[in-house]
Amino acid sequence: MNDRIGVRKTHKMFINGKFARSESERTFGWTTSDTKDSTNICRASRKDFRDSVLAAKNAFSGWSSRTAYNRAQIIYRCAEILEGRSAQLVEELCAQGLNPEDAQLEVRQTIDLLVYYAGWADKYQQLFSSVNPVSAPYFNFTALEATGVVAIIAPRESGLLGIVSAIAPTLVGGNTCVTLISEENPLCTSSLSETLHTSDVPAGVVNLLTGFRSELIEQFSTHMEVNALIYFGEDKDEITRIETNAAENVKRVSICARRDWEYESSLSPYAILRTQETKTTWHPIGF
Amino acid sequence: MKLSETKVDQIGVQERVARLQSRSIKADSKKEALTLALSMIDLTTLEGRDSPNKVRQLCYKATHLHESFPGLPHVAAICVYAPMIRTAKEALQGSTVKVAAVATAFPSGMTSLETKLDEVKQAAQDGADEIDMVISRGRFLSGDFDYVAEEINRVKEACGSAHLKVILETGELVTLDNVRTASDIAMAAGADFIKTSTGKIQPAATPEVTLVMMQAIKDFYHKNGRKVGLKPAGGISKSKQAIQYLVMLRETLGQDWLNPDLFRFGASSLANDILMQVVKQNTGIYQSASYFSLD
Repeated sequence: MNDRIGVRKTHKMFINGKFARSESERTFGWTTSDTKDSTNICRASRKDFRDSVLAAKNAFSGWSSRTAYNRAQIIYRCAEILEGRSAQLVEELCAQGLNPEDAQLEVRQTIDLLVYYAGWADKYQQLFSSVNPVSAPYFNFTALEATGVVAIIAPRESGLLGIVSAIAPTLVGGNTCVTLISEENPLCTSSLSETLHTSDVPAGVVNLLTGFRSELIEQFSTHMEVNALIYFGEDKDEITRIETNAAENVKRVSICARRDWEYESSLSPYAILRTQETKTTWHPIGF
Repeated sequence: MKLSETKVDQIGVQERVARLQSRSIKADSKKEALTLALSMIDLTTLEGRDSPNKVRQLCYKATHLHESFPGLPHVAAICVYAPMIRTAKEALQGSTVKVAAVATAFPSGMTSLETKLDEVKQAAQDGADEIDMVISRGRFLSGDFDYVAEEINRVKEACGSAHLKVILETGELVTLDNVRTASDIAMAAGADFIKTSTGKIQPAATPEVTLVMMQAIKDFYHKNGRKVGLKPAGGISKSKQAIQYLVMLRETLGQDWLNPDLFRFGASSLANDILMQVVKQNTGIYQSASYFSLD
């Protein structure tokens, strides 16, 4: 059996809980840095994006109304599953040019990051909500609510930690998301999708697309159903374009840099606050 | 009443539907199809909780589909229960939107013919431009075609000048052969329109039954020279579906039927979906239902 032909993985995207190729059937070629194998990666079309947004929209009310405790359990479960898949992820990161030590570190940090944010699920409300002093007979309080459908343009530089540190705080806060994984580092998409799929993350809550940023940025920033946009990068033109487009339906826009996804600098409950809305209630208490 | 001789080839219908549904309508053709579909809608509210203000709101929507987008057509009609006719007429004064009312113990049709005729006369008197009646499916399925034909005939008389749409409720007719027979009976008995469903029974309108009814209309036209209209109703909520129906219509009955006088969609949420598509086609931006009126 020495001449056995290995079965290689078909890289797919993750839309509405399903492993999908692009509806356009387009792919782009990608060569691994270590073994110089070439592989095909799905090239998402704007229709794939639209389908994902619809899935995220439909999943939103279910996900945001789950108890914080349950969301914590599910995100913690992602960490558990990732732990068991470490070897595969390390391999994929190495194929994307990392040396084995750095790859191992990145996988460990990713798992720890998930545990960190799982812990915040039932705590950030206490931290950021408030009872406000008002000079009228009202009980006045402010509470947080999930923003809604979040479009994420994941960092180009990192194929795992960058993606997860963009998604985790959004999920913890009860949002659903559509994430564009960079064309430079797309290899972990399938493993990440399989992790989400086996961790009881409901279909549509996280959608992962691979494709060209330049091609999809317009739809990511204009779609009226998208309530917030998180952009990782420093391209001035892209940022201007996003902010201009987002004004159309007043999307909440966060422009994030390297420190917002690197392990130590990114761990913060304020990351959750990026996709939260504050609701203030005036409750009459009588004289 | 002579039994219809035409038998429907079910596999043939399914294949033809599948073939017609694979048509891709893009760009300018899509824009035109969307506008046409919009003008063919019978904006419908048929719920026990309908109130005069809900009907007024619907009438306003019928004439002001999307204010920020000038040049859109209005819908063809609004479709309500009989007690709402006067309210709707008042609210639609000055516009050409018609008022259609369901009658004859809608949706079941389970009452005596006399009661049905009284109901229809009252609706016509109240000013309904169109009356949507249901056939007696129980009688039809037990083979009493004469009764069904007689009933349609009498209701047609009671309508006076109002147009009569005959609802076959295809979801209860079991086979496509029955759909064909019921269509033939309704047209021979004087229906101005035949309509698939009440919307209260699943399945409601499907492309298959609609195609069979189109074919029946075509045969009837060739034989008798009278153009009968068609109204698929229930379950058509997406513009893509609406365009597929229009493709079937164009390919089966031809250009003559591509207007609101001979083809209608019975729908409540279709209008908003089409509007979202129209805006998308014109601006290039994907839309969200949050920015359109509530259904």
